[in-house]
Amino acid sequence: FPPLAVFQVENVKLLDRYANRKAANGTLYLTATHLIYVDASAEVRKETWILHHHICSVEKLPLSTAGYPLLIHCKNFHVAHFVLGQERECHDVFTSLLKLSQPVKPEDLYAFSYNPKMSKENREIGWKIIDLKLDYQRMGIPNDYWEITDLNKDYEVCSTYPPEIVVPRAATKAVVMGSSKFRSRGRIPVLSYFSKENNAALCRCSQPLAGFSARCPEDERMLQAIREANPGSPFMYVVDTRPKLNAMANRAAGKGYENEDNYENIRFKFIGIENIHVMRNSLQKLLEVCEMKSPSMSDFLTGLENSGWLRHIKAVMDAGLFLAKAVREEKASVLVHCSDGWDRTAQVCSLAGLLLDPFYRTFKGFMVLIEKEWIAMGHKFSHRCGHLDGDPKEVSPVFTQFVECVWQLMQQFPCSFEFNERFLLEIHDHVYSCQFGNFLGTCHKEREDLKIFEKTHSLWPFLLERKQELRNPLYKGFTAYKELQPNTLPFSFQFWCGMYNRFDKGMHPKQCVLDHLLSCRSQRVKLEEDASELENKLPFLDGPLPSELPSFPKAGHAASKALDTPEDYGGGAPPVLSNGTPLGAGGAAVDQEHQENLCPHSQDLGDSMELLECAGKDGNAQHQ
Amino acid sequence: MEFAELIKTPRADNVVLHRPFHAAVEGTLCLTGHHLIFSSRRDDNAEELWLLHSNIDSSEKRFVGSLGTIVIKCKDLRIIQLDIPGMEECLNIASSIEALSTLDSVTLLYPFFYRPMFDILEDGWSSFLPDQEFELLSSMTDEWRLSCINRDFSVCPSYPPVVIVPKSINDDELRKVATFRHGSRFPVLSYYHKKNGMVMMRSSQPLTGTNWRRCKEDEKLVNATLRAGKRGYIIDTRSLNVAQQARAKGGGFEQEAHYPQWRRIHKSIERFNILQESLIKLVEACNDQSHNMDRWLSKLEASNWLTHVKEILTTACLAAQCIDREGASVLVHGTEGTDSTLQVTSLAQIILDPRCRTIQGFEALVVREWLQAGHPFQQRCAQSAYSNSKQKWEAPVFLLFLDCVWQILRQFPCSFEFNQQFLIMLFEHAYASQFGTFLGNNENERAKLKLPQKTMSLWSWVNRTEELKKFQNPLFEANNLVIWPSVAPQSLQLWEGVFLRWNRPSKYLDEAQEEMVNIINYNKELQAKVNVLRRSLAELEAGTRMHQHM
Repeated sequence: FPPLAVFQVENVKLLDRYANRKAANGTLYLTATHLIYVDASAEVRKETWILHHHICSVEKLPLSTAGYPLLIHCKNFHVAHFVLGQERECHDVFTSLLKLSQPVKPEDLYAFSYNPKMSKENREIGWKIIDLKLDYQRMGIPNDYWEITDLNKDYEVCSTYPPEIVVPRAATKAVVMGSSKFRSRGRIPVLSYFSKENNAALCRCSQPLAGFSARCPEDERMLQAIREANPGSPFMYVVDTRPKLNAMANRAAGKGYENEDNYENIRFKFIGIENIHVMRNSLQKLLEVCEMKSPSMSDFLTGLENSGWLRHIKAVMDAGLFLAKAVREEKASVLVHCSDGWDRTAQVCSLAGLLLDPFYRTFKGFMVLIEKEWIAMGHKFSHRCGHLDGDPKEVSPVFTQFVECVWQLMQQFPCSFEFNERFLLEIHDHVYSCQFGNFLGTCHKEREDLKIFEKTHSLWPFLLERKQELRNPLYKGFTAYKELQPNTLPFSFQFWCGMYNRFDKGMHPKQCVLDHLLSCRSQRVKLEEDASELENKLPFLDGPLPSELPSFPKAGHAASKALDTPEDYGGGAPPVLSNGTPLGAGGAAVDQEHQENLCPHSQDLGDSMELLECAGKDGNAQHQ
Repeated sequence: MEFAELIKTPRADNVVLHRPFHAAVEGTLCLTGHHLIFSSRRDDNAEELWLLHSNIDSSEKRFVGSLGTIVIKCKDLRIIQLDIPGMEECLNIASSIEALSTLDSVTLLYPFFYRPMFDILEDGWSSFLPDQEFELLSSMTDEWRLSCINRDFSVCPSYPPVVIVPKSINDDELRKVATFRHGSRFPVLSYYHKKNGMVMMRSSQPLTGTNWRRCKEDEKLVNATLRAGKRGYIIDTRSLNVAQQARAKGGGFEQEAHYPQWRRIHKSIERFNILQESLIKLVEACNDQSHNMDRWLSKLEASNWLTHVKEILTTACLAAQCIDREGASVLVHGTEGTDSTLQVTSLAQIILDPRCRTIQGFEALVVREWLQAGHPFQQRCAQSAYSNSKQKWEAPVFLLFLDCVWQILRQFPCSFEFNQQFLIMLFEHAYASQFGTFLGNNENERAKLKLPQKTMSLWSWVNRTEELKKFQNPLFEANNLVIWPSVAPQSLQLWEGVFLRWNRPSKYLDEAQEEMVNIINYNKELQAKVNVLRRSLAELEAGTRMHQHM
């Protein structure tokens, strides 16, 4: 059969891993993009959809009494255990899935065929929703010390950086070019975050090619320029996020780390986050723990400890917190790197941004953060997520760890994020789904070569359209919390059941507070409409008043005094759109209008232009 | 005895108080017969700390020069430190604290001296009487009766005066059964499942001994709870091994041959010092902030606390399953029937019976299944996690029960009328309180101490509107279903509200809680407003129509 043809297998069982329920019996379909299982034994039609791109392994298990088992592991931690009746069928499904889940050519990725029936203009607008220049503007850049330069427009400085980068004004072209020769893969120090209040900057780069003794005057001048761009501080931090031993080993290969004697007034520090291979193995161990059949508490906790996973999460969080504190409390600029500066460096810079700036905790801000620190700066999503058939040693859950750190922060600061856990899971899903162009390829240049911006859709407008279900009902608004100072003592970190056992619904709380509060929110909108409609109707009625009425206005007045300011109960004033409407109220009303159209893979986004505009406005308001 | 004899230095100035997450404050320390009172003298923000001596689990003193320091570790797990200038003062205060926190006579405790500052609307001592429970039962079935056989506590010293037993068993037979059960705790009704008429009974172990002694009356009683042709389950909270060993000491378990209609299931819930050590280890792990992640996880694991939680919940689910899913009656017992047995029967009721998930219902459950059922609170709660005396009788049995309730509450956040503060409050009062509710080890002792006459009931205080407000769960929506919690390790968490309470600030979590309450209350107010508007509109329209008709 041709690999793209839909084919189906009847009488397939789907085992439930935890509940000792009777296995489901149904039909397995393979389409060009999905594996779909339809449970025929259930009273209500139940479908399980698995995107081929989400499949990370397919295993044929030994024949059991029930038939020929096929075990599928997904990158979003879905595990599906099918049992097929015939060996032949099992083999066919197995080989097709192997092929379908590991495309060889980028053009075969889902994003290039995904068609949400959106007009060309809307697709293009979708790509423009996130504008990094606006974010630099928001930080006050360009300013006296920093400029946005297009020195990299032909990728001469660095092939994995975007065309436009932010460097100190004092760094001349010669300094930039010279420094790029001294940094691994030309990844020179560039600005990641600028703190308007105290001029401290967070910068990122790759390791210097220092070896045991090499020096580079331009690189030294580059660091000097960064330090001097923050005149309030006599020193700057240079943070190597690797364990010291790893960094030292790199010196033998002509790489390494900055010698404090060669750079003026730097304070050098190792942070000790492990490399991608350690992280990959750690996740593997964690997943084995999650998949254990009825483990004891002791098995689970020992397994959790031995996986080292939470230790790594804590290390990343500690590093992010260190950077944020240096910028906020010590008012010092920081230059961060690891080896290539695209994994650990991306994790800690984005985390520091999130801790420092409430904007990054909004929907738009979080998208900007991911576009800026991960996508633009060349985190190799394609390799790390294994989008294409490639070197399995390049795969590593670096982004997953970042997402988890955000979730851990949400546990400690439940009112400080505009979005909820589902938003994180949604993004995590799409990093692997290849349904949208954002995460394809490894860097900006490659995405240009792939014509991502012409041929595929951006994920962000689709998520913005689903704000209603992805929002955090407890969010207290932009101004409620400034910087976050998470507790990083070990007991502050929890195992994230919602991620690693996400598809084992039986393990989750059976009643969801989030759903309850979200429904409160939509109920509130409805009630507010009812109330104002009724209030409008009342004065228009004429005729004699019923005798009881005189008592009413009093009650009504008392009630409305308490109720007419819907945004007041949270304390701090909410951000206001330029036309004066409170953000929450306006946004909610728009979302309400479009509620009927909301579905996970909306077919008619074309009709929702107002929404995009509104979302844009919404974001702008927060920028200002 | 006069308390004054124990207080040589009743007052010290310039004392510095250190508490977690608060700046150190200077102030005056006063000792009274029942309280340690600290009051800061800053006018802007006068702070007072009132600590019951009975809340003090352990205290240590040390000196640097003449500056003495007393570290006080409380039963609610809090640790405070007092810096007291003057060696003599410090020594005096330390020895007073030591003496006053370890008074050996119950009648010297604060509840016997406490005079409430609030109006008593309803006397909590008579809020939950067995007669009321029986009335409720009688409306559902007539197969049970109230027996007053234990009126003067002569049949079973740890049982309440009245118990519910099968109608077909008379008091003479009960007396015989009592001789066949450990501590005379003969099987009594714990719960009647309205949905299918199945019941849960509890007792202590049968005294079968090594030669398989049997008791016809016991068999009759146990079988009286079965429907014709139905089987029942005996859940023994001990492993088979432990139960076997108990026979050598005269205890034992129901042998199949003599109880052919019953299937016995052994579970293994730990007791006494094993639980106490588990608590000590857990709290030690939580308090040590120098741990790295691996060490923390390994200490958490080694404490076994969550293992106990999982084991107890699993057994409770099993009991509930037998009743609701299998449609079978259940008898639960361990050895004495005063600890793990009560954990299981009370948790099973929370799973099965929506009434137990309300505030009133939960209070009734605590009274019925813990206080009246003879859980020896005074022994079990004499010391908490900081005790160094390794007495045999202390064990956080009730705290584990509350932890299990919290786990279910976390999984069913909308099914409980109360919040975790309610559970924490019960934990605190079980260990140290101004109320008499948790004093004594059973109803017999409580009667002898004349607690209802001489002390105030916790329920008299809690059940007032002002107090109840703090304990209400805004998400509550009455839910008549059986709620099955998950006992997978991934679903169980450390109860941070108790164990991390003093180890990290809770500001942001409190704010979230407050925000949630606001959101829900706002909707309620809005709904009320819409209703009022709607009514007046209808009235107006009716009025207009009448006018037109005239």
